[in-house]
Amino acid sequence: MKEVELNTTTINFGPQHPAAHGVLRLVVELEGEVVQRAEPHIGLLHRGTEKLIEYKTYLQAVPYFDRLDYVSPMCQEHAFALATENLLGITVPERAKYIRVIFAEITRILNHLLNIPAYAADIGAVTPFLWCFEEREKLLEFHEAVSGARFHAAYFRPGGVHQDMPEGMEEKLFEHFKTLPKFIDDLESLLTNNRILRQRSVDIGIISKSEAIEWGCSGPVLRSTGVAWDLRRSQPYDAYDQIDFEVPVGKKGDCFDRYLVRIEEMRQSVSIINQCLNKIKPGPISIEDNKITPPKRNQMKKSMEALIHHFKLFTEGYRVPAGQVYSAVEAPKGEFGVYLVSDGSSKPYRCKIRAPGFAHLQTLDHLSKGHLMADIAAILGSLDIVFGEIDR
Amino acid sequence: MINILTKMHGINNVLEKNNLLEAEFDKKIIIKIFNELKDNNELNFNQLLDITAVDYPSREFRFDLIYILQSLTKNKKIILKTFIKENENIESITNIHKSADWYERECYDLFGVEFINHPDLRRIMTDYNFEGYPLRKDFPLTGHTEVRYDDLEKKVIYEPVKLTQEFRNFDSESPWEGMENKLFGDEKSTGEN
Repeated sequence: MKEVELNTTTINFGPQHPAAHGVLRLVVELEGEVVQRAEPHIGLLHRGTEKLIEYKTYLQAVPYFDRLDYVSPMCQEHAFALATENLLGITVPERAKYIRVIFAEITRILNHLLNIPAYAADIGAVTPFLWCFEEREKLLEFHEAVSGARFHAAYFRPGGVHQDMPEGMEEKLFEHFKTLPKFIDDLESLLTNNRILRQRSVDIGIISKSEAIEWGCSGPVLRSTGVAWDLRRSQPYDAYDQIDFEVPVGKKGDCFDRYLVRIEEMRQSVSIINQCLNKIKPGPISIEDNKITPPKRNQMKKSMEALIHHFKLFTEGYRVPAGQVYSAVEAPKGEFGVYLVSDGSSKPYRCKIRAPGFAHLQTLDHLSKGHLMADIAAILGSLDIVFGEIDR
Repeated sequence: MINILTKMHGINNVLEKNNLLEAEFDKKIIIKIFNELKDNNELNFNQLLDITAVDYPSREFRFDLIYILQSLTKNKKIILKTFIKENENIESITNIHKSADWYERECYDLFGVEFINHPDLRRIMTDYNFEGYPLRKDFPLTGHTEVRYDDLEKKVIYEPVKLTQEFRNFDSESPWEGMENKLFGDEKSTGEN
C-alpha cells in the first residue's frame, strides 16, 4: 500500500474573531496558506426563537423578529406580519402599506450601510466605517421617531403598523433622502476604484448562476451572478406593485459584484422611498377591527367595549384560523420567509423561520476552496453574515 | 401547473391558495418525485428553500415533514408535506438539492428525524453533546440543563435547570367560556349545612 503524507494544517477560526461577524467557529484545513476545506460550526447564538414563539401570542411574537437579524429588524417583522395577515385573511390599509415599504427600504439602506463598511474593514479600509455609522445614526432617528426604539422597533404588526408617523415626518424624510445619494457617491469614491479593495475582492469567491440557485442563495448573492430575481418584483407584497424600480444584477458573482449590487440597491431604495412619499395619502394605518388591532387610547377612556377589547387583546390575543402559510419578503440579505402553522388558537403552533444567511453560509466551503486563508474574511464579509438570523 | 401536479404519481391533495401551491407526497418515492419536480420543464422547481417539521405528539404519524420549493422560472412556490412516524427514516435529497444538507441537519437536530444517505448527519444548532430534540412538543421550554462559570473549578459547568420562579404558562383562552358556574362558598347557599 502506498503511503500518502498529508501535509495539511487544521486551524480554528473564531468563535471570537473580529472578521467572523459574530460567533462563527470555523475549522479550516490548510495546505500552506491555501484553503482545502472550511467547515462552519454554527449554533453558538442559538436562542430557540422558534420554540419561544410557540409559547407566545401572535402579537408577543413580533419583537422576536427584531432580534434575529439585528441589522435589519423591520424587514423581518414584515415577513411575520404578512404571514399572520395571510392566515387571518385581511389586507392592511393603503397608508400602512406605504409606511411599511418606506421603512423596509430605510432598513435595507441601514443594512447595506453596515455591511459595506464592515466588508471594507475586513479587507483593510477603516474610514468607510466611521462615515457610514454617522449616516446610519441619522436613519435610525427615523426608526426612533415612529416606534420609540432605534433597533428593536416592533413597528410592523399584523393588521398594519403600530402608530402613524409623527407630523412633519414626510417632509423630513424627503429632505433627508435628497442628501443621501450624494453620500453614496462619496462612499463609492472611497471604495469602488480603490486598488486594495479591487485586489482583495475581484475574482474572489465566485459562484455561478446555477450553483447559486442550487445552494438556495437569494438576495444580492443570487443577483450578483446575473439572475434578476427579486421578490419585490416577482411576487410583490404591500405597495411594491405600485412602485417603479430597477433590479441591479452583477456579472461574475464574485465578492466585488456583490459589493456593487449592494451599492446600487441603496440608490434604488432612495428612489423607492421618494416615490412612496409622493404617493402616500392620509388615512388609517391599521385595520379598524378591534378584534385584531387594539382600540385607540381616547376610545378606551370612554367606551367600555374598547376597554374589554384592549384587555382581551393583550392577555388572550386574537385567534387565528387553522391553516399553514409561507410568506417571504426580500430582506436586505435575501429571501426571509416565515412558515406559520396555526391550530386555531391564539398562539402559533409552529413558526419556522427561513433565514437567507443560513443558506449563504452553507456555501462557504464551496466558495473558499482553493483561495487563501485571508480571502475567507473577504468572502464572509461579502455574504453578509449575521448570526442572529442564522442561529435563531 | 396544478394540472400537471395532480397527474403526477405519488402527489395528492394539490391545492392553490394565494399564489402558493400545497400538496402531499408519498415518502417512499421521494427521490423520484423531487427529481421530477426539478427536471420537468413545466414545473422546474429548481430551488429548495427550506425543510422543516411540525410535531403532533398525539398522532400515529407524529411528524409533518415540510419541504418548501421555489421555481425561479415559473415564479411559483410549493409547500410539500409528508407524514412520518417517530422512529421512521426518510431518504435524504442532498443529491438533488445541495442546499438540503444543512436543512436536513437542522431538522435532525431539532426534531430527531433521521435522513438516510445524508453525507454528514450531525447536530448543527444545539450545543456539542446535547441530548434531546428541542423542537418536539414534549421538550420543555426551559430545557434540561443550564451552564454557568464555576469559579472554583475554573471552567464552565453544566447543571440541571433550577428555576428561581415557577415556570408560568398562562392559559388565557377565554376563561369564562365553558366554565363551571361554581364558586368557592357556593355549597353553603344550597342549605345542606
